[in-house]
Amino acid sequence: MDKQRRKFLKIAGASVVAGIGAPAIIKLSSSPAFASGHAAPAADHSPAADVHGGHADAHGAHAEEAPTGVRLGMVIDMRKMADNPGLLDNAISACIDAHNLPQFPDSKNAIKWIWKTPFENVFTDHSAYHASKKTAHIDFPALCNHCDDPPCCRACPTQATFKVVSTGIVAMDFHRCIGCRFCMAACPYGARSFNWQDPRPYIKKYNKNFPTRMKGVVEKCNFCGERLALGQEPACVEACKGTGAITFGNLNDAKSEVRAVLDKEFTIQRKPTLGTKPSVFYIV
Amino acid sequence: MIEKTLKGKPAYWIWLAFLGMFMAIGAACYVRQYNFGLGMTGMSRDVSWGLYISQFTFLVGVAAGGVMLVLPYYIHNYKEFGRITILGEFLAIGAIVMCLLFIMADLGQPMRALNVVLHPSPNSMLFYDAIVLNGYLFLNVLCGWVILTAEKKQVKPPKWIYFFVYLSIPFAVSIHTVTAMLYCGLPGRHFWLSAIIAPRFLASAFAAGPALIIIACLVLKRVANFDAGRKAMNKLVTIIIYAGLLNMFFVGLEFFVGYYSNIPGHMHALEYLFFGLEHHGHMYNNLVPFMWAFVILAFGSLALLACPIVKKDDFYLGLGCAGLFIAFWLDKGIGFVLAGFVPTPLHEIVEYVPTANEIGITIGVWAAGFFVVTVLYKIAIGVEHEVEG
Repeated sequence: MDKQRRKFLKIAGASVVAGIGAPAIIKLSSSPAFASGHAAPAADHSPAADVHGGHADAHGAHAEEAPTGVRLGMVIDMRKMADNPGLLDNAISACIDAHNLPQFPDSKNAIKWIWKTPFENVFTDHSAYHASKKTAHIDFPALCNHCDDPPCCRACPTQATFKVVSTGIVAMDFHRCIGCRFCMAACPYGARSFNWQDPRPYIKKYNKNFPTRMKGVVEKCNFCGERLALGQEPACVEACKGTGAITFGNLNDAKSEVRAVLDKEFTIQRKPTLGTKPSVFYIV
Repeated sequence: MIEKTLKGKPAYWIWLAFLGMFMAIGAACYVRQYNFGLGMTGMSRDVSWGLYISQFTFLVGVAAGGVMLVLPYYIHNYKEFGRITILGEFLAIGAIVMCLLFIMADLGQPMRALNVVLHPSPNSMLFYDAIVLNGYLFLNVLCGWVILTAEKKQVKPPKWIYFFVYLSIPFAVSIHTVTAMLYCGLPGRHFWLSAIIAPRFLASAFAAGPALIIIACLVLKRVANFDAGRKAMNKLVTIIIYAGLLNMFFVGLEFFVGYYSNIPGHMHALEYLFFGLEHHGHMYNNLVPFMWAFVILAFGSLALLACPIVKKDDFYLGLGCAGLFIAFWLDKGIGFVLAGFVPTPLHEIVEYVPTANEIGITIGVWAAGFFVVTVLYKIAIGVEHEVEG
């Protein structure tokens, strides 16, 4: 009896160890293949491939702040926005058209990538007490900050949201997202939207160059990764062309246009105390 | 031993049918939700977690509460718990089953749930939660089954099982700690960003879990001729009172930190929960009645449980335990999760009201949990009667 049990335990123990160990070994040895294997299905839809393609090893990469790498960011000049009423609306509708954003009649279902809201809502830890008239009366754009240390990527249990190593963009894999909405709870900027129902019937103007989403996944601004791959500017930046309202570029490149603006002007970021290192700057 | 579930008095079958009905309603509601999407619920862009995740959070506590029987019995050799420790373990199984069902109900893409395993992400607390929850479920199934089988054969449990019994103790603590870490590590959600969340969760768990076990014992005494013994119950009451008081103390500390520091972010959610939050001329106070019911019920039940009459009278004992269980459900199963979303990251206030479909699924999951617990208790009590008889 005792002997039998000991034998059983030996076999059981050995198989448990093998069972736990085997996937880890397979995983380690095949990680590059695994990554490229993942990028392959994305190549089916060419725009999606642009989002992930070329950065096949991006999944699971959580790069430290690396001043030498590329970190895309933007500076939004609210003085220019104030001088050009309607500019922000143009930028927002350019984004809606570029990304097949559904327009729901209710705020419960709202899908927002870039949207406008008062100063006190965008800069919740700045005082709006006796704010200048201009600040009080114009709307500010809010969007994903493409943080250098994004809490959403930290929270995601499947690496469906991740930082693209080659650009610093915080991107989404709509095909991997399980819809747990942990990232939405983690984002301190309210930048993430969830598809509470099938968004397709609510898309006003269908753009075949960008995939539509299905119900049950999270989405957000992607800094137009798909347009950047084609050598174009982000849709909102293009909509503001010539006004200087939005400057876009590599924050780590000392010679870039965006750095020239940052060197010259005093800018603020949203909730910098949280340590997320936002890549979107505002000139108020 | 499974055959014991197939023989029972009519009351047993009526009870299972009653639960089965709610499970069927829940399943039907879930099919609707699955087809349409989570838009069937009251959740929104701003309150992105609702009843499902709050029930999940509370039930992790109920599951962890079983350790308050396991620990005194196996570590301190407190013999009085010998008859009911198995009830604690089986309750934990039912509670974890509910937790997993609630998680599945909450996923936007439930068919992709295995992505958590396929793409393991050690930086996500949800990854660890999946490990410890499933681990704890496995440990309770293993320990419960092996020890009950030994009891049936009237032999001592095999020695190797004690390794898993002892392992289940830190696992019980870990499931609620990791569940607290889902919340307390998120920047920008001030209400959750508090180091006391995990201790508070554990305290309320160690009160609510045993309270439910006492209620179960009282029910089993009436319907299954099973007497857990007064001494065991009284000891459990002592545990419940201390754990319950600790939870209330921890809630009080949150108030001190928020209001004495006078930092708006630390006060907003508490204000919203207990007094209502005014914003742009509108008063948001959906949860105020729930939270005051929590406070009154908690202190009332704790006071009742401390009365000598509880040591003799089953009715008052049951009343006190039910009161405390409901109180902590209101606190953790309603208030805690929802208040974390108030105000939103853009300092707006959006209130959440669950839909009928969502409530249907929620009741269905609870019914499923009670179904599992009933069947498991039927086995445990059946074995106990067989050994005695």
